[in-house]
Amino acid sequence: MAGIGGADTPAKKWGWGVLNAVVVIYALFPVLWILSLSFKSSKTLADGNFIPREWSLENYQNIFSTSEFTRALINSIGIAIIATAIAVVFGTMAAYAIARLDFPGKNLLVGVSLLIAMFPQVSLVSPLFEIERSMGLFDTWPGLILPYITFALPLAIYTLSAFFREIPWELEKAAKMDGATPGQAFRRVIAPLAAPGVFTTAILVFIFCWNDFLFAISLTSTEQSRTVPVALSFFTGSSQFEDPAGSIAAAAVVITIPIILFVLFFQRRIVAGLTSGAVKG
Amino acid sequence: MAEIVLDKVTKRYPDGALAVQEVNLEIADGEFIILVGPSGCGKSTTLNMIAGLEDITEGELRIGGQRVNERAPKDRDIAMVFQSYALYPHMTVKENMAFPLRLAKVDNATVERKVREAAEILDLTQHLERKPSNLSGGQRQRVAMGRAIVRNPKAFLMDEPLSNLDAKLRVQMRTSVSRLQKQLGTTTVYVTHDQTEAMTLGDRVVVMRGGVVQQIGAPQFLYDHPANLFVAGFIGSPSMNFVPASLENGALRSVLGDVTLTDRVRQLVEGADAPREVIMGVRPEHFEDAALVDAAALSSGGKFTAQVDVLESMGSDKYAYFNLTGEQAASAELQELAADAGSDDVPGDGISLVTRLSSASGASEGASADIWFDADKVQLFDPSSGRNLTYTER
Repeated sequence: MAGIGGADTPAKKWGWGVLNAVVVIYALFPVLWILSLSFKSSKTLADGNFIPREWSLENYQNIFSTSEFTRALINSIGIAIIATAIAVVFGTMAAYAIARLDFPGKNLLVGVSLLIAMFPQVSLVSPLFEIERSMGLFDTWPGLILPYITFALPLAIYTLSAFFREIPWELEKAAKMDGATPGQAFRRVIAPLAAPGVFTTAILVFIFCWNDFLFAISLTSTEQSRTVPVALSFFTGSSQFEDPAGSIAAAAVVITIPIILFVLFFQRRIVAGLTSGAVKG
Repeated sequence: MAEIVLDKVTKRYPDGALAVQEVNLEIADGEFIILVGPSGCGKSTTLNMIAGLEDITEGELRIGGQRVNERAPKDRDIAMVFQSYALYPHMTVKENMAFPLRLAKVDNATVERKVREAAEILDLTQHLERKPSNLSGGQRQRVAMGRAIVRNPKAFLMDEPLSNLDAKLRVQMRTSVSRLQKQLGTTTVYVTHDQTEAMTLGDRVVVMRGGVVQQIGAPQFLYDHPANLFVAGFIGSPSMNFVPASLENGALRSVLGDVTLTDRVRQLVEGADAPREVIMGVRPEHFEDAALVDAAALSSGGKFTAQVDVLESMGSDKYAYFNLTGEQAASAELQELAADAGSDDVPGDGISLVTRLSSASGASEGASADIWFDADKVQLFDPSSGRNLTYTER
């Protein structure tokens, strides 16, 4: 069947296909280029070929041979996961209260949390540096986790309260009538329904923490807490004549993998329309 | 199972709005009681207070003789069916129905058995493994009922459980709700805005308006002896006809002609200290084609001649609609009823009248017809207070 305006004619299909291909190539080309760089040996690094003439794992061996990168990888994973977990747990509680309850100062709370999200982070770097140094938090995991939570929470609260508002309140009333305590109603009815929202939020927060460079470079000084984006910027060749681009490319590829895994893992849990059928639509 | 007593139960919101005012109601064990009224009359608030979903501002609520004002819903041992059904979308039908039992920490074998029993009663056995989103409206409604009946609660509360179903299914489910309640013998409080459901389902009906109980009684009693204009207009479909009238020396004068009051009505009116100007109410079935009435009845009843506006033949009866010139009966109650029915903005001057005539009537649309009405069945109301001047307990 021909659709409206002949949308399904072969010519149209081809047209769309070409357009899509152009967009995808445009978006992915830099990524592919980095991938290609990462597989080149140091000799052929600057030869300008898109497909490496000589495939090698040299760059990958290099970055994993020193603790500079592996240690940063551990820091990144640990800090991002802890910050995400804390932000999502507190964000869930706050968002639930905002979506369900009417309490004095509710709008103020939402307003202030948005304000924090909009605050230019760079203006906080020097005060945070001073505060963390005097409190002994400088160059520690908590020293990064705390500011990450600060900026991730508004995001989490905002996203999650939108999800909670979608859940029919009658479900909670029904759970209460069925004999549930408020805690049970939340755990067994509301939380499972809010799960897609929680996972979406977790992905967003994790990506935010994972990609941060500004706080990480300002509030760390050693391998003890340096995260990957920063460690990357400290990569040097073994001599000043050696170009670290190959190592940087390999590291960039490696740090993209957790993000992809994270998204793929949670994506399956994000089932749209989970609440359909709860109440008569 | 238990009786439920509402003792001067009042709900006042923090902003001062009074939703329910001093409701006194004693619901006997096993009774099926209906709370009915137009939207905003406080019936759902009353139900939510019994459920424990809303706090009681003043008064006392007793279930099975115990004060439960301060108890959480889960400690009241009552089940509720919601208008939206409120099924848990992430659970199967079986899990939905088992949920109250799981919370009560009932052992697996018992849960299994009770869910199966409930599913059999409600004809849901083949749907147990499905999710609510894959069910039809009627099936979802039955699952909601099933979730309520599995744990044998002291009482069922139902908040307009049938209003989301289409008309045909609603009639079917109405009879099955009624049968289920008889079968289980559980005290049931049922909220509806539909007077047909109120008439057909309940042992007793509570008519509410603006947070105040207007009248409590068996459906037939409310129909025959409404306490005021509001109940008279709300109960019955098509509803009672209201015409302004004046009382003069035992005679009633209106656009429907002059009638001499029967002895019964006159005594009641005298006892009620009636004003001169009243509102006369006549049910559609108390009219008849004058040609079909015998001479004795004809002389004692009222008679008028008018042009038939619309004639609907239902086979068994004929509904004749008239539009008479004259002032409409005016009172706050009637205005509210009209607003609730959505007919307050239908243009039309004069008095519209609905009459139910025998199918043998020769009345035809556009032609003039002689209509008789039974003077003994006339009800008279005080226009200022809405009180029924002809009210009697018998």
